[in-house]
Amino acid sequence: MTEPVIYDIGRPGLCAMPFPAPDVPRAPLPDGMVRDELRLPEASQLDVVRHFTRLSALNHSIDKGFYPLGSCTMKYNPRINEDMARLAGFAGTHPMQDEEVAQGNLHLMFTLQEWLKEIGGFAGASLQPAAGAHGEFAGILMVRAYHLDRGDTQRRKILIPDSAHGTNPASTAMSGYSVVEIPSDSRGNVDLAALRAACDDHVAGLMLTNPNTLGLFDEHVQEVVDLVHGCGGLVYGDGANMNALLGIARPGDLGFDILHYNLHKTFGTPHGGGGPGSGPVAVCERLAHFLPGPIVERVDEGNPSLVRREPPEDGDLTYYHLVMPPKSIGRVKVFHGHMGIFVRAYAYIRMHGPDGLRRVAEHAVLNANYLQARVGQWFPIPQRDRICMHEFVAEGTVPGSDVRALDISKRLMDFGIHPPTNYFPLIVHEALMIEPTETESKATLDTFAAAMAQIAREAVEQPELLHQAPHTTPVSRMDEVKAARELVLSYWNVKQ
Amino acid sequence: MMNVPLGLFYTEHDEWAQRVGQEVVTGITDYAQDQLSDIVYVELPEVGDHYAAGEPYGVVESVKAASDVFMPVGGEIVAVNEELESAPEIINQDPFGKGWMVRIQPDDQSELGSLLDAATYQARVEAKG
Amino acid sequence: MLEAIGAPSIDALFSDVPEAVRFPDLRLPAALTEMEVAAELTEIADWNLSTSQAPIFLGAGAYNHYIPSTVDHILRRGEFFTAYTPYQPEVSQGTLQAIFEYQSMICALTGMEVANASHYDGGTALAEAVLMAVNAGRGQRTRIVLSPTIHPQYRQVVRTYTQGMGLEIVGDEGSAADLAALLALVDSRTALLALQNPDFLGQLDNLDGLAQEVHARKALLCVVANPISLGLLKPPGEYGADIVLGEGQPLGIPLSFGGPYLGYLATRQQYVRRMAGRLVGQTADTQGRTGYVLTLSTREQHIRRDKATSNICTNQGLLALAATVYLATVGKCGLRQVAELCYHKAHYAASRINKLPSYAVCSAKPFFNEFVVRCPKAVSQINDFLLDEWNIIGGYDLGRDYTNLANHMLVAVTEMNTRDQIDELVTALTEVVL
Repeated sequence: MTEPVIYDIGRPGLCAMPFPAPDVPRAPLPDGMVRDELRLPEASQLDVVRHFTRLSALNHSIDKGFYPLGSCTMKYNPRINEDMARLAGFAGTHPMQDEEVAQGNLHLMFTLQEWLKEIGGFAGASLQPAAGAHGEFAGILMVRAYHLDRGDTQRRKILIPDSAHGTNPASTAMSGYSVVEIPSDSRGNVDLAALRAACDDHVAGLMLTNPNTLGLFDEHVQEVVDLVHGCGGLVYGDGANMNALLGIARPGDLGFDILHYNLHKTFGTPHGGGGPGSGPVAVCERLAHFLPGPIVERVDEGNPSLVRREPPEDGDLTYYHLVMPPKSIGRVKVFHGHMGIFVRAYAYIRMHGPDGLRRVAEHAVLNANYLQARVGQWFPIPQRDRICMHEFVAEGTVPGSDVRALDISKRLMDFGIHPPTNYFPLIVHEALMIEPTETESKATLDTFAAAMAQIAREAVEQPELLHQAPHTTPVSRMDEVKAARELVLSYWNVKQ
Repeated sequence: MMNVPLGLFYTEHDEWAQRVGQEVVTGITDYAQDQLSDIVYVELPEVGDHYAAGEPYGVVESVKAASDVFMPVGGEIVAVNEELESAPEIINQDPFGKGWMVRIQPDDQSELGSLLDAATYQARVEAKG
Repeated sequence: MLEAIGAPSIDALFSDVPEAVRFPDLRLPAALTEMEVAAELTEIADWNLSTSQAPIFLGAGAYNHYIPSTVDHILRRGEFFTAYTPYQPEVSQGTLQAIFEYQSMICALTGMEVANASHYDGGTALAEAVLMAVNAGRGQRTRIVLSPTIHPQYRQVVRTYTQGMGLEIVGDEGSAADLAALLALVDSRTALLALQNPDFLGQLDNLDGLAQEVHARKALLCVVANPISLGLLKPPGEYGADIVLGEGQPLGIPLSFGGPYLGYLATRQQYVRRMAGRLVGQTADTQGRTGYVLTLSTREQHIRRDKATSNICTNQGLLALAATVYLATVGKCGLRQVAELCYHKAHYAASRINKLPSYAVCSAKPFFNEFVVRCPKAVSQINDFLLDEWNIIGGYDLGRDYTNLANHMLVAVTEMNTRDQIDELVTALTEVVL
């Protein structure tokens, strides 16, 4: 079932797509700068198409089956969004072309900025960050810039609950801050006593994922926000789990100062096998001038330009242009952000409307609680007494069996189901983090529950079946130690 | 049952240290290598580098985790175990012997006295489960 | 379902949310159907001028190249674009092997030993290269020397990324990249010297011997390169670069108003653990079959947290796939052809423009597919004229970034520009001054 590497397909001299001969005179090539060899594939077009089609068949995907990967929000990716992003009017525009002939792009970006402000309850937004971790990094840089701008140079610490995504501490370290970990209490909330003890005038801010990675809405969120504000810190919201809050609660209304969105989780843009994502940041009024830029500003009769020129004389009265916020942390990437993803997210929000977005959250939460009730029949759930939000965490253990979360995960593959996120969050033993999303039917959820029930039985009756799983996938378990010791990272290492 | 040889000194971070003449040899304990599982890479300092007690001087990496390794006592690195670069699994096989990591010329021999003895370290490991 | 949960209503599932803020009314437009959304977005797209409607001579870091039809057909396969990051190798061999092939092709193009699975774009790849070099210098080396002819926005991204790190970034104050002057800035505290070749102005430098000088000072040499140029030009690995990176957009990725694009980054084996981002390695399964896994992930944020090499998580997976399919399709022969087409057409355009009385091509050095033209008027005025009267998208106004290059236009030519388009541009430029 293994597919050869593309370099081992075809034969010397083949070219899947030759280019035409030049229609201009040839210029002499620069002396001493031309390369001798170029080790790229030589294959026919059928070879190439067949190779990548065969590779695609080795993947699990949302299109193929259930993908309850916690914290990743693997919902259906609407096909119309793919078509819209590929319209020549969007896909064929150059990032540096004159704003006058890119008004469609700027209008769409401006509108999306406004919608994201409204959905989260914020005063400003920048679409520039390329992914969630990138938005997070921009967010912490804004925290830093805000304090420095006030002349407050003593704040060195960022508080991060122990249930946070690993990107939180990494983004903090990149911003030059040190991390102080805050434990969770017995109900999965931020431990208020520990938080109170950590809050002093060296705290720059708190990074809070709410609902957290246990899938729980913090029962004391208001106290948490107030404690941090009380010591002069800012509250950063990790928006990875916004799917639970659309039309349910706005982080801005809860007092959050900054939030990043993952358009590729919450707003149905595809994950692409590991990107591209998009991680816009939204902020409260006092941080709006610090946003990464450029952002899009609208100029019209009632809304004169803050920064730059007026609408063109002969054009519409409404005109959009790119501006750098006055105290911006700077640009976090080249050009303006992931336009192709903005088109998809725009289409998603437009097709849902306010009521549809609320239904997204309602059904995501309903599906997760239903699965929690079903899966809880066979597996321990640390916070079983609580209503979860869009996801929940079970323990991948079965009494009387030595199987682990990993074995259960691998066995699920034999049922055509992608495993949940495992071994995260770190605070749950043998964690299995399950997020069904709103786009799955009750029938799919029941199929998953039945698979989990069968696996719980197998764990006791035939544990070897689980230890050896998966049995029906293109390859079985991989030797990761060999991979890390031998480091065959390209075809050229294989050849050696 | 983890091996905790008598006569060595131990740190809270699961390093061991042994006095050899004027120098101190150090590495990670049996418990540490077991927690990490298969070690795939070791990053060592250069001879001549100087670190204070408790400062990280290297990294031990498995497929599960990468852990900093800390100086049991402050001093200058006088030798590193170059064999680990091509065969890091030696640490799994013989953590207290062939799996040593560096030799240190200590600034202050008496710092060894502030480390844990075998019985105390053994008790800590057992408490961790 | 509510019965199984034991909840009286859906609303009851949200009782943990403070009542005062629960169920806000979102002021968003009411939902549309797919058909209506398609119409609305088609109209918005029509407000833009696209490269399908006008010849374009604008580059400056993003280029209008031909995208073979194979690329999008493969990208549209749901098996690829609706999959997540390949953390579970048994059900992700397609994505993993494609990344392995991508890494192999990037190594071949750059002449380097290892490449990672991607960065957000060329600029963030440069910022990560800076972190990598500081890390390789064990934090003791805090000076970074940047050539002024690295893309201005790349240099801005480096400054944004490093604002909390206490680094000293020097070298890019002027507009001319004087190699000797840059090298003089590389001292015992310097972690990295970074250059672009071909540079932002399109010029080519022969960098033979530079790496030895940089290494003698124990710093690293980073070269930013347009991957299409590497179809023709000597790979930076051959002249001793330690890190090679750039913008992968020219490899089968649409312009799309600036994103999503693809940052590629390659380095030497000895720095593999300093490199950020994901890496795929070949290994075997329990039955001895060849397969692929994400490896060296202990460097990454989800394990190493605040000590990780970077915070990068989601990257540009699908765009790396686009580049892989592109390079497999055009192959060894096609990449050389496209690079030569860019080169010859750009030189044809330059020689014709240089003959115009009021224009001069500033070409002290050889160039690849972009060149600088000194113009008789403000570039913005010329571009307005080209667009309004000739429906041509003109070049980049260098005065925006370099004070001494007012009235200088950066003209980009690719295989997509026909001889007729170039001749038309020349005629139009003549008329500007009339």
